[in-house]
Amino acid sequence: MDSKTIRGTFGDLSPVLTREVRVLVITGYGLNCEAETATAFALLGVRVDQVHLADLLERGRRALDGYHMVAFIGGFSFGDHVASGRVLANRLRGRLGDALAAFVDCGGLGLGMCNGFQVMVKLGLLPALERARGRPLAAQTVSLVHNDRFGYYDAWVRLRIDPASPCVFTRGIAFLELPCRHAEGKLVFDPSVVEEVAKAHLVPLQYVGTEGKPTQIWPDNPNGSGGAAAGLCDRSGRVFGLMPHPEAYLYPENHPRWIEQRDEARLPAVGQGLHLFANGVRAVLAS
Amino acid sequence: MTVHRLEIEARSGVDDAPAHEIARRLETWLQQSPRVVRTRKVVWLDFDLSEREAARVLAALVDPVAEVGVLGMLPDEIDMPAGAAPLWIVTVGFLPGVTDAVATNVKRAAEDALGRTLPGSAYTATLHRIWGLSETQVRHAADELLHNRLIHRLHVARSPRRLDLEVPRGGTDRAPGVQRIPLCRASDTELTRISKDGMLALSLAEMRAISTHFSTLGREPTDAELECLAQTWSEHCKHKIFASPIRYVDEHGAASVIERGLFQTYIRGATEAVAERRRVDQVDPIDADFLVSVFHDNAGVVRFTERDHLVYKVETHNSPSALDPYGGAMTGIVGVNRDSYGTGLGADLLTNVWGYCMGDPRYVGRLPAGLMHPRRIRDGVHAGVVDGGNHSGIPYSRGFELFDDRYLGKPLVYCGTVAVMPVEVAGFATHVKRPAVGDKIVMVGGRIGKDGIHGATFSSVELGDDSPAQAVQIGDPITQRMMFDMLAEARDRGLYTSMTDNGAGGLSSSVGEMAEATGGARIDLAAAPVKYPGLAPWEILISEAQERMTLGVPAHCLDALLALAARREVEATVLGEFTDTGRFEVLYGDERVCDLDLTFLHAGVPLPVLSARWKPPSCSDDEAWIDSLRDPGPELLALLERPNLTSGEQRARSYDHEVKGLSVIKPFVGRRNDVPSTATVMRVRHRRNEGVVLAEGVHPFYSDIDTHAMAQAAVDEAVRRVLCAGARLDRLSALDNFCWPDPVVSSQNPDGEHKLAQLVRCCRGLDEACRAYGVPLISGKDSMKNDADLDGVRISIPPTLLISAMGQTPDVRRTLSLEPRSVGDTIFLLGSTANELGGSELARSHDARGACVPRTDVERCMVRYRAFEAIRDAGQVRSAHVVGRGGLAVSLAHMALASERSLWIQLDSGELSDAALLFSESTGRIVFTCAAADRDTCQRAFTAPGVAEIGTVGGRGARGGERLQVQRRERLLIDVDLPQLRQAFSGGLRGL
Repeated sequence: MDSKTIRGTFGDLSPVLTREVRVLVITGYGLNCEAETATAFALLGVRVDQVHLADLLERGRRALDGYHMVAFIGGFSFGDHVASGRVLANRLRGRLGDALAAFVDCGGLGLGMCNGFQVMVKLGLLPALERARGRPLAAQTVSLVHNDRFGYYDAWVRLRIDPASPCVFTRGIAFLELPCRHAEGKLVFDPSVVEEVAKAHLVPLQYVGTEGKPTQIWPDNPNGSGGAAAGLCDRSGRVFGLMPHPEAYLYPENHPRWIEQRDEARLPAVGQGLHLFANGVRAVLAS
Repeated sequence: MTVHRLEIEARSGVDDAPAHEIARRLETWLQQSPRVVRTRKVVWLDFDLSEREAARVLAALVDPVAEVGVLGMLPDEIDMPAGAAPLWIVTVGFLPGVTDAVATNVKRAAEDALGRTLPGSAYTATLHRIWGLSETQVRHAADELLHNRLIHRLHVARSPRRLDLEVPRGGTDRAPGVQRIPLCRASDTELTRISKDGMLALSLAEMRAISTHFSTLGREPTDAELECLAQTWSEHCKHKIFASPIRYVDEHGAASVIERGLFQTYIRGATEAVAERRRVDQVDPIDADFLVSVFHDNAGVVRFTERDHLVYKVETHNSPSALDPYGGAMTGIVGVNRDSYGTGLGADLLTNVWGYCMGDPRYVGRLPAGLMHPRRIRDGVHAGVVDGGNHSGIPYSRGFELFDDRYLGKPLVYCGTVAVMPVEVAGFATHVKRPAVGDKIVMVGGRIGKDGIHGATFSSVELGDDSPAQAVQIGDPITQRMMFDMLAEARDRGLYTSMTDNGAGGLSSSVGEMAEATGGARIDLAAAPVKYPGLAPWEILISEAQERMTLGVPAHCLDALLALAARREVEATVLGEFTDTGRFEVLYGDERVCDLDLTFLHAGVPLPVLSARWKPPSCSDDEAWIDSLRDPGPELLALLERPNLTSGEQRARSYDHEVKGLSVIKPFVGRRNDVPSTATVMRVRHRRNEGVVLAEGVHPFYSDIDTHAMAQAAVDEAVRRVLCAGARLDRLSALDNFCWPDPVVSSQNPDGEHKLAQLVRCCRGLDEACRAYGVPLISGKDSMKNDADLDGVRISIPPTLLISAMGQTPDVRRTLSLEPRSVGDTIFLLGSTANELGGSELARSHDARGACVPRTDVERCMVRYRAFEAIRDAGQVRSAHVVGRGGLAVSLAHMALASERSLWIQLDSGELSDAALLFSESTGRIVFTCAAADRDTCQRAFTAPGVAEIGTVGGRGARGGERLQVQRRERLLIDVDLPQLRQAFSGGLRGL
């Protein structure tokens, strides 16, 4: 996949513009999707910093200054032993909570994938319904728990995008296929937020079956997540997390049916996952 | 110290998924039907906290949305089912000193919550509330499912219960000391007893050699010296069976001697011959040999691109997996990760492979006391490798399961890792270690405990009633991952000059081996970080506690390295330095615990001449079972349902297939992603198109007839698989993993000479195949004592050679799957089919052995493979699959299942029986498809009768109806539709 292909696909994302965009990828402590996540942004010409959390925390209150987006990546932070994402979320809340709150207030984007999503909900970054500007991070109101079918499960899923969602990352996309792999991906909501999440269209993508309808049936819905929710955003749409892995579908050949797609002349020029990252970059450039 | 207990469980209304899984297994495994099972996490904080502090830690651990938790005990009656039923509380924690990775992170969370470092430890357990079982049933469930007495503490109680604040603190107050072992004047009987009682696995000849050595020195050895020699001289570390001369007597009684031993003669011999051939043929540019580093490092290294080399290693972890399947298998995968990582100055881990040979999980016969049921071993092994690989962020590429009741005694657990090594880092070639006198010896990673003591020697003897619990270790992938992240930074900054992992034999092996390069080493064990007090120096020296690497660090880099480690929360400790004294010196403070001459340590082991005697098994012509066969259609369906041929997809989906985002041809392919791929393909670096192609060959059941054929079939299938997917024939390499029943004759092992002859024949077959295919063996491993003597029963595995092939492709976008692609495409069969049903899955399915085992004409096969490579690279091959276990019919079934297209097959093959034609496992065969327009070109590429057109690819009907139809002239041999095929293929081990 050369830069010509990228420019052909994302004609509006001129390298002159994208190289001004700065993205932070937080690494360390058992996180493990840093290479593919950084590559996604690098393919789009964005400046990516991969920073070990220990080094980031040493920077103190100004840790996030200069970044337009923070990526919370997949992996098993601290083994996810206590519960997925909990130890990392606690450490971030304790040492970087105010900086994150200020970052979001200033229009900074947040993207969390799998473990990153788990960390974001436990941090209160999502869905953050009650949080007002200038306040600390919200309390946790949703969680991601064990899949109904206990254990880790790896398979590609089909996702339908809610066009009414404020999510900036899913704009212009109707349907996506992505690899999905986790043991704790079932979204559960505190009863107080269920209604508002639905009303505000904060579930930007849902697991769907072969007919394209949201489903609770395994394995199309791999975890039993209520309302077939595969992800969640905040009201601004600029903070977004999802269980599937867009960073693992950057190349057309990642798709399990790429040979057939090519035979039928429908092989995309780039992996579909890259479109989510491109949308994030567009949102940075638009603001 | 004040201890606090926490209990945490899923909030009412939130599913307790782990409990459902336990209930399911109680039902399917033990036919128990409890009314309700609920689980609960128990945490003990042994930190001397105040109540307020403990409450803050609790708040940090409990999920406010999904969980409830308390200090002390939650009520036992939560969610109690209606109607009175006995409530059992079964708590499963860890024994003192057993790795508890959850507790490590509980401690981190507690320190974060309180903002200070804490003395002491956390401990965890799982509490099960079980309603509706009798005490007998509960104890049975605890023994057969919930706990393993070698690693777990079990507490079974009736509710109401008392608050249990007892924690399994490790260690003792015993002052560590050094013992001298009186060997110099010991009799043979005493020497034998000392070896056996000490779990040293040293033979009498070896004990005598040690006794003589120390007599000459005029002193007795210390316990540490004797232990260090036992580790270094163990079969596991020294590969004595492969190093010793062998007197081989063939079936006619003619004797010959293999003077240089099997490794030098055949394994290294084949590889050097391949390397020489490449030089003569000028295959590689000058100064760019394909073989970069073989035989002397942790893993083999071959050239890949101008920027990267590839590293590959496959290990076995059989004995530990028999005792604790989860921990044993997990240390198998994280251990081989360290091998590949620790090659040269360090390589980036890319992908894992696994393969398990086990007893049939549906086994219903009697099991000798002391053996676990194979379904439990299988579950635990999968779970251990799943967690080890997934938590490390490494996808898996290849996996297989083979079942045979001879694996009941010791399961074979193969784990491997491919890594990518940058050609240069910090200005030096990465594949070369550069230890220097004066370099500091630094241990990084986890702490040392009693876990894994005697792992190397234990794996060098058969499994017996007295097998040591300490040999079991549990891995902690996150600690290892944090260590690797730190080491990668250190490597790129050039902060160390040599590295090796601490695996078998612990520090005694890692430092002992590295010391050879400079000619000496001196370490002080008092500096070594330990998990708990009371470890004797010899225990520290040989402990195989996990997640540790040993580095050689130049003095001027030491501060930078230690500072980096501290920043990354990785423990790093200076233990000593490399010297040139010719000695391996170990101190404990002021006390000298070990002072061994390096030459004696590494070259002092006596190698006896081993005896091998080949007697071919009586080749019965009794093929009566063939007359009892059903029609081929039902036979095919029955085969697809057998555990050795069933899909295996659902198990495999517990493993991460996708992390790193580089996968191209995945482990499972097809429209429903349920057909195991012929080979897997993966990009090696982001934004590059070169790829690595992986596959394997393993045919232990052919060993029942001839291990020579077995070895060649394994090499041939591995090569053929990667060839199908798109690997270059001139860039192949392979690994050899031998798992054997004890091949040294003794009173307990009367047929040892035969097993050694089988090993000799296996090596010869391997050697011939590797030379013919031009495949170097870049690394390998042998596990030679795969027997279990328990309860008066001896169970020995069939001789098993796993060949793991690593191929390379310049462009992953040109690679192929087994799936036929288009209606009207022509199907060809390359290679010839013979009446070779011996050891086949068909024969086994009829409890027969068969007479003729598949023989491989390696020279002729190679000619065909070159021709195939040419049409493949010309773009004329559209899909390709091997014919392997189960024969042609099974390969065709795979193709139909993957494509969901009809296959119309017309066979017309001479004198062969229908059974041989369809189910014979003759090697060297590939089924491939091409466009009808390329049919003649493809046909002409091979000399007849090497290739035959056997059919055409059908379409996909609007309403299904796709079928596999095989005709022989006018006769319809097989006519089955896809739903029938899929039901059989996915049904084999369903629910287990």
